[in-house]
Amino acid sequence: MRILTLAGRRLAASIPTLVLILIGVFVLLQFAPGDTVDALMAQMGGGDATTAKQLREYYGLDVSAWAQLGNYLWRLVRLDLGFSAIYGKPVATVIAERLPATILLMTASLSLAFFFGLIFGVIAARGVNRWPDTLISTLGLVFYAMPTFWFGLMAIVVFSIYLQWLPAGGFEDITVGLTGLARTLDIARHLVLPTLTLGLFYMAIYLRIMRGSMLEVLTLDFVRTARAKGMDETRVVVRHVLRNALLPMVTLIGLQAGTMLGGSVVVESVFSLPGLGRLAYESVIQRDLNTLLGIVFVSALLVIVVNFIVDLLYARLDPRITTGG
Amino acid sequence: MSFLRLYFRSPPAIIGLALLLLVLAMAVSADWFYPRDPLALAGRPLIWPFANPRYLLGTDNSGRDIAAQIFHGARISLLIGLVATIISVMIGITIGAVAGYYGDWVDTVLMRVTEAFQTLPNFILLLVLVAVFGSTITTVTVAIGIVSWPASARLTRAEFLSLRNREFVQAGRTLGLRDLKLIFGEILPNALPPVIVYASVVMAIAILLESALAFLKLSDPNVASWGNLIGAGRDVLRVQWYVSAIPGVAILVTVLAVSLVGQGLNDALNPRLKGR
Repeated sequence: MRILTLAGRRLAASIPTLVLILIGVFVLLQFAPGDTVDALMAQMGGGDATTAKQLREYYGLDVSAWAQLGNYLWRLVRLDLGFSAIYGKPVATVIAERLPATILLMTASLSLAFFFGLIFGVIAARGVNRWPDTLISTLGLVFYAMPTFWFGLMAIVVFSIYLQWLPAGGFEDITVGLTGLARTLDIARHLVLPTLTLGLFYMAIYLRIMRGSMLEVLTLDFVRTARAKGMDETRVVVRHVLRNALLPMVTLIGLQAGTMLGGSVVVESVFSLPGLGRLAYESVIQRDLNTLLGIVFVSALLVIVVNFIVDLLYARLDPRITTGG
Repeated sequence: MSFLRLYFRSPPAIIGLALLLLVLAMAVSADWFYPRDPLALAGRPLIWPFANPRYLLGTDNSGRDIAAQIFHGARISLLIGLVATIISVMIGITIGAVAGYYGDWVDTVLMRVTEAFQTLPNFILLLVLVAVFGSTITTVTVAIGIVSWPASARLTRAEFLSLRNREFVQAGRTLGLRDLKLIFGEILPNALPPVIVYASVVMAIAILLESALAFLKLSDPNVASWGNLIGAGRDVLRVQWYVSAIPGVAILVTVLAVSLVGQGLNDALNPRLKGR
């Protein structure tokens, strides 16, 4: 219960941050050349001034910027993100349609990065400065330095064009109309390359942190005690070291949630996945500022939620945290 | 001197420095080897690498020399990386120093702002900035600097928190030094080393961010950027994959070099942490 109170307080503290972000980005968007109505008129192939005026009145763009901001925040309180003129739907609907693909991609990539980062980090730390460590650390550095979109393109060349094992893009095969398990498998097949592309970069970071954290914990006294009482090395690592070495890894999930969401913009564009990131890109191109603001709101919210979960996990891993230590 | 010896004791640091010098040499010699505009038409489109000795790395889908673009691109990448890093670290240091030195409500307000920047995914903020201010090379560089300062601010703040009540600061205060002089003249030089090392991480990220923007065709189309070339090559990926592959290797090598040098500096500055 205390964990929940503590994490809940952290959650409440992030509300001012959220408001700050929204006001900041809203003010920023006031500097944008052209508003939604301009974009809409361009799409319609032009129109006269009275139509523009009517449209501005309709979208509430005829009042001062501060009044618009007030209106926007008030609508947000009622969970109304406004209307996307480009898509002809409420922004909330547009985002809700795109959210599942992004969340799926992020969860899969994060799991991949966390799991393999952990394993490779442990292997590297166990054989520190010997060949497994050198090999893993070098590979980690290369994955870290590689532009994700470039890796994605090269993966398409190898696995989709030459070997023809996996699809080059898209979320699912819509021509066949699969249902149930077959559809799930189809989506999974489509997500293999995007997950690898987004995940390998983060795996490189996780394995480096895990390796360092393992080496740190391995020097602590309780590890010597465990060894001294005759425990074999595997059990020492699994039962004693791992749990303590995991803390920095869990912290990293919270810190990386934002960058991962940013990374999905690029990956979703490479693999033409209908996700939030691609929506952000499209709304920049189409000057759909309402949608862009909505995406800013939802992605900030997503980062806050991930951090909330990380707080809970953290307290679970290290009981000292709940007692305020 | 011992610093240099420590640095050159680690093979990865030497490799990193060598790679960085190589990229630097490419940037410096670009005008000498390829005096013509790298974005001008050079020959037949889509000549494979090594097929024609005049175009060593081949030509892209609009007949521009890839090698020329790689050489001139080194300039753009290093320039954007360096300037964006300087902007980012300057903002970070100023905010972190002021927050850490004054503490109290100044700290609270500044850290809230930092938190806001960290909560908003930096690439999405970058998209917003580019959407609003356009995508010339200057705005892109400044925008990258603006989205990547929070980490250096936190680092500087942490250093200031531990330094601000040390004896040398109290001595300075007793001597009647003004706050500005204390912050930038006395405390900052002591707080700087970890921030300088972290700057290499910022630079690596800045280069990657620019290439990603360029790949999405949101960076300056009028400069020979590696990301632009990868984006162009995407249209002919099916057969002429080398158009995208070559500039990607260039980015990989540059970011790797910057990271290795940063790590080498870190190890040389903190010899106790070596091997971690």
